[in-house]
Amino acid sequence: MNTSSLSVSKFLYNWLLMFVVWLGFTTSLAPAELITGAIVSLIVVVMTAKYLNCCGLDIFLPNKLFYISKYIGVFSVALIKSNIDVAKRVLSPNLPINPGIVEIETKLTNEFAKMVLANTITLTPGTLSVDMIGSTYYIHWIDVTTEDPIEAQKEIAKQFEDILLKIFK
Amino acid sequence: MMEILEYIGLAMVLIGGLFLFLGALGIYRMPDVYNRLQAGTKASTMGAMSVIMGVGFIEPDWFFKSLIIVVFIAIANPLSSHALARGAYRASLTPFMKKKMDAYEKEFQQKKED
Repeated sequence: MNTSSLSVSKFLYNWLLMFVVWLGFTTSLAPAELITGAIVSLIVVVMTAKYLNCCGLDIFLPNKLFYISKYIGVFSVALIKSNIDVAKRVLSPNLPINPGIVEIETKLTNEFAKMVLANTITLTPGTLSVDMIGSTYYIHWIDVTTEDPIEAQKEIAKQFEDILLKIFK
Repeated sequence: MMEILEYIGLAMVLIGGLFLFLGALGIYRMPDVYNRLQAGTKASTMGAMSVIMGVGFIEPDWFFKSLIIVVFIAIANPLSSHALARGAYRASLTPFMKKKMDAYEKEFQQKKED
């Protein structure tokens, strides 16, 4: 795919995304609403196009949609687990924590994918991403089990990174 | 049917409120800013998401609106906690550690030597 068709695909994707947000907020299928929504979302995308470069229309390919729904599933389970983990730590009288900051490397190259991974790490059990420099994450871990970057990467990020690598080539 | 949705919504609001309370307790009990952010972010994200989705179930007209707000929270909440943690470290707030494990420290030592 060459550069111009890629940017067209990104543009159409962003327009569609804005339009879906509009539909969600108005929850109406009246023609006047739809036309206004299309125009307003077009204006918004024209104004913000240079910042919105996460993905193009290829995100709707069936195998990518499959991995995206898998990601949402894995992420939701991790979010619930992390809340139960916080609840356990907060409610136990002796506060079982052993905090430290570890570093891990990521194989992801897409900037948006890196951001998603950092946010996911923050919301999964016991970890909080503090900084990202190049492809290195610095992660505050509430209960450090290993200081080795490779072991830590396996324990913290591997299951999410594998899915993200399949979505963002 | 509407009643079932309403009960699901009420249960979600209750669960969300419980997690928000636990997050507040975590902020009170944890020893330093990073651990407090951990408890605060996770509990407030899940708690707020649960409460807002619950409202969406109780009032089905608002379902899609609450879905969009939930997505915004899922994106924005971890970003803010990341910014706070990074800012705290740069303001040289030393993390509480039982045994010293700080891989981030070397970034700053290298910069001083340069």
